[in-house]
Amino acid sequence: MCLAIPAKVLEVQEDVAKVDFGHGVIQDVNVMLVEARIGEYVIVHAGYAIRVIDKEAAKETLQLWEELLEQE
Amino acid sequence: MFKNLAFRDSNLAKKVSNRIRKLASDLDVKFCHVCGTHEWTITHYGLRSLLPDTVDVIAGPGCPVCVLPAVEIDEAIHLALNDVTIVTFGDLLRVPGSKSSLQEAKATGGDVRVVYSVRDAIKMTEKEKDSDFVFLAIGFETTAPSTAIEILNKPPENFSFLVSHRLIPPAMELLLGIGELHIDGFIAPGHVSTIIGLEPYEIFPKAYNMPTVVAGFEPLDVLFAIFMLLKQRYKNKAKLENEYERLVSWEGNKKAQQLMNQVFHVVNGRWRGIGNISSSALELKEKFACYDARKKYDIKIEDSIDLLPGCLCHLVMIGKIKPPECTLYMNACTPQAPKGACMVSTEGTCRIWAKHKIS
Repeated sequence: MCLAIPAKVLEVQEDVAKVDFGHGVIQDVNVMLVEARIGEYVIVHAGYAIRVIDKEAAKETLQLWEELLEQE
Repeated sequence: MFKNLAFRDSNLAKKVSNRIRKLASDLDVKFCHVCGTHEWTITHYGLRSLLPDTVDVIAGPGCPVCVLPAVEIDEAIHLALNDVTIVTFGDLLRVPGSKSSLQEAKATGGDVRVVYSVRDAIKMTEKEKDSDFVFLAIGFETTAPSTAIEILNKPPENFSFLVSHRLIPPAMELLLGIGELHIDGFIAPGHVSTIIGLEPYEIFPKAYNMPTVVAGFEPLDVLFAIFMLLKQRYKNKAKLENEYERLVSWEGNKKAQQLMNQVFHVVNGRWRGIGNISSSALELKEKFACYDARKKYDIKIEDSIDLLPGCLCHLVMIGKIKPPECTLYMNACTPQAPKGACMVSTEGTCRIWAKHKIS
């Protein structure tokens, strides 16, 4: 139920976006909770995008992990 | 999408599990997560086998289908058997109510339908204007905003909601009151936190001295969250940390919070087998009473039964026992013929362990 899946935004029309979940799965989802732009990735839960994925933060996560391992 | 990134790098997993072993040699700890998807990641990737004996990870009440009390299934069954079409998520169909499940109600002539989202349920309603539809709205803070959106969009008159949403932080606080659990840190749920942000967890380090790390759902996310909790324990300094920065900000999704506040009151809520938890459920505000199926229809359920005889779901759900400690597990209770809610839902601990053949 709290499973949320990333998808790429293909089209946006008001509160609805056509998104690509990969493997040819394309669906309309509600994007009222986020500011989704074409080409960005959103995380979708039960038909509603709940957040735009921050790609820079994704890279920072990997840096955070490296730093954590380096610290004593 | 992050194929080039190292979210599942096995070398990194080895490095972090070595560091965990080193740190844990001087400690003996039990960390608790509260999310069915975390349990799936931990079990599916065999993360417990990477941990030393001194680090235990238990599953708290993080499966929204499992925690729904029988009385709220009974309400939906009552409506389904009285000419109302019940629409809900697929996981709920086989969950036992006091006497039967929604699937059994369907077999005896009730109209029960499954959808992927509440929007699909409303579309269905628009095509069948002569029937009454009720959406059984379950889920934690991740799901509640979708209910709020559709209520504010003014659904058709023949559509209403059985609002059965629950809130996670009050359940975490309840666990800390169960002394015999001896929790040493929380792995907080990433997608609930995408909505609520970090602030609601501040109470845990501040008032309970409880290390708390919000974590994502890749195996490395969970391993690093465990490592971060261990470091806090090692330094004897509890704080709130965010391992899932790519999806969780301090303030969370403000728009979602604002819509939820517009539509819902926070009320006390019953959790299956656990009992009442204060300020842990949502109820529609008076101005939206016309969409509240509990007010629209006269539903009175006198007595309800959360657990069948022998079922220990309530102890599995708070992490007090692991599924094989229940004598029904994989004997009288299997994924094919479940007796308890934890064996029905794909996010239930018993179901996840059974599917991975853990005995």
